[in-house]
Amino acid sequence: MSGRLETTFQRLRDKKEKALIAYLMAGDPGLAETEQLVVALEQAGADIIELGVPFSDPIADGPVIQQAAERGLKSGTTLRKILDSVKSLRQRTEIPIVLMLYFNSIHAMGYEKFCTAAKAAGVDGLIIPDMPPDEAGPLKGPADAAGLPIIFLLAPTSTPSRRRLVAEESHGFVYYVSLTGITGAKLSNVTDIHQNVQKLKKVSASPVAVGFGVATPEDAAQVSKMADGVIVGSAIVKRIASHQQDPAMVSHVAEFVRSLKTAMAEAAR
Amino acid sequence: MPMLPDSHGRFGPYGGRYVPETLMPALLELEEEYAKAKKDRRFQADLAYYLKQYVGRPTSLYRADRLTKKLGGAKIYLKREDLCHTGAHKINNAIGQVLLAMRMKKRRIIAETGAGQHGVATATAAAMFGLECEVYMGTEDMQRQALNVFRMRLLGAKVTGVDAGSRTLKDAISEAMRDWTTNVRTTHYILGSVLGAHPYPMMIRDFQAIIGKEARKQILAAEGKLPDYLVACVGGGSNSIGLFHAFLRDRKVKMIGVEAGGSGIVSGKHAARFSGGKPGVLQGTMTYLLQDENGQINLTHSVSAGLDYAAVGPEHSLYHDQGRIDYTYATDTEAMAAFDLLAQEEGIIPALESAHAIAEVIKLAPTLKKSQVIIANLSGRGDKDVQQVARMRGVEL
Ligand SMILES: Cc1ncc(COP(=O)(O)O)c(C=O)c1O
Repeated sequence: MSGRLETTFQRLRDKKEKALIAYLMAGDPGLAETEQLVVALEQAGADIIELGVPFSDPIADGPVIQQAAERGLKSGTTLRKILDSVKSLRQRTEIPIVLMLYFNSIHAMGYEKFCTAAKAAGVDGLIIPDMPPDEAGPLKGPADAAGLPIIFLLAPTSTPSRRRLVAEESHGFVYYVSLTGITGAKLSNVTDIHQNVQKLKKVSASPVAVGFGVATPEDAAQVSKMADGVIVGSAIVKRIASHQQDPAMVSHVAEFVRSLKTAMAEAAR
Repeated sequence: MPMLPDSHGRFGPYGGRYVPETLMPALLELEEEYAKAKKDRRFQADLAYYLKQYVGRPTSLYRADRLTKKLGGAKIYLKREDLCHTGAHKINNAIGQVLLAMRMKKRRIIAETGAGQHGVATATAAAMFGLECEVYMGTEDMQRQALNVFRMRLLGAKVTGVDAGSRTLKDAISEAMRDWTTNVRTTHYILGSVLGAHPYPMMIRDFQAIIGKEARKQILAAEGKLPDYLVACVGGGSNSIGLFHAFLRDRKVKMIGVEAGGSGIVSGKHAARFSGGKPGVLQGTMTYLLQDENGQINLTHSVSAGLDYAAVGPEHSLYHDQGRIDYTYATDTEAMAAFDLLAQEEGIIPALESAHAIAEVIKLAPTLKKSQVIIANLSGRGDKDVQQVARMRGVEL
């Protein structure tokens, strides 16, 4: 079975391009806007969408994404409604969509019920920042059965044995966290990122994408040289936050995404 | 009874390590270092020394004669954790963890605090060992526990207000976890209750288990028998598991954990996880949580900042399911009445948290025979709450 993620990474490899993975908080400011953003960001050059599910207590996130989650919850966004949105998006786009959600959201719905519903809606993978491979046991069966890859995160603090564990368990891609910290922090020590991604690529059969701290076209260009994909979150969410009332919000954010992809394309040349 | 937790940090289905990968290596290191320290005679001797000479242990087991007479039933003993240095049981854990941090060569300490007692205890232990200390505290709690904020600052700690979510303990823990995720290479996070990811619930229980070890010896000396009931308030659950742990194998000793009933369960404004919650994952552990049908964490309410939290320690969740410990709650009003009663009958002003345990004693004692014995854990003294109680009663200080 070759899913949308795999197809996308293959297509990009053929073109000698890197994947731009754009993060959006579902329901910020509302799900209708989220759907418009997904379509617009794809046209602007995003290759994969990472869709955040708002949670009341997001321990891995900095203030920008925390506040986006609060806005998402305030607009009445629930996991069920997000899955409905993905389903309706699937009539318009084939862009891979991975959900980024905290473990309790899945636990509350039930592992099997969630995996079946997410797959049926057209979700292509799961990123669960508070679920290391060590705790994945109970979810793995239902996720495998539904054909939903789980994408695990590797950190700069991870030891070699954890690197092997994460590489082995991760499907779709491996998410390398560029810095010791939370989302929205400033990118630091690019040499370290390079070395750690190299080590990870040696043991990983899946592509490696780098996220946390990638904020500017320059950052995206630099990181894209080291990895198969670049994840941009807080920098996008910040632009949505500062244009909440602006009718041109979607095109403004799309413009930023276009500048990221352009910088990555230039770096590839 | 099998050894709990198992090697994955599980108490039956509860516990575990639900944290970002960035923290996994630090948790594994902590688990390993703690296992070594536990077997290290030198570490245990240091810990015993500070608990005796600095904290003032053993704390007394005081027979509360006037309270016993007033309630007219079982004989009531109070385990006087309020007599610990800094005024609560929290220091037992803070000293243990600071000693561990020194072993791991981490010179920066962070902590969260609700009532401020754990923050004060951590700031105290850090000052004593010359370590840098930063304490996260919800801004709502900073207001109702202003005295403790000032105490922490006097002790040289930096107190950082957390203005997110409910602005209470839960949000302080999230912020401390974020700091730890960012500074994990140089920093040790001293969690204040039997919460969070493995090994914290196990380690903190072990550091607090001295309460029950002492109480067991003391009651055998005083009464020549084990108590019929143990009663303690349950915030995260550290003073309660601390008292209960040494008695778990004594099947005849009944145990009651008292949660915060706030304005009552039907009002929805409470922190009684076992009355209104169900299992889920919050801040690193699988346990009973107050949450909605989508898994979003509910806002909690209690007059007592130290009990005002949406989750309970995972070990308690197991004992709840097994029926080994009974969990009940006391409302704000009941706790306030207990606060007054203990002050007036025994000359002891309890912490509002501990007043919840006393509130249960007030209900329980009259239903028992005079030959029966209750030990209640007086987890802390009420000095920190005096300002708040005055404010609630419209008294200007
Ligand atoms: C005096 C006192 N008792 C009890 C508690 C509740 O915590 P735990 O359930 O961990 O003992 C606190 C917490 O701040 C406290 O300060």
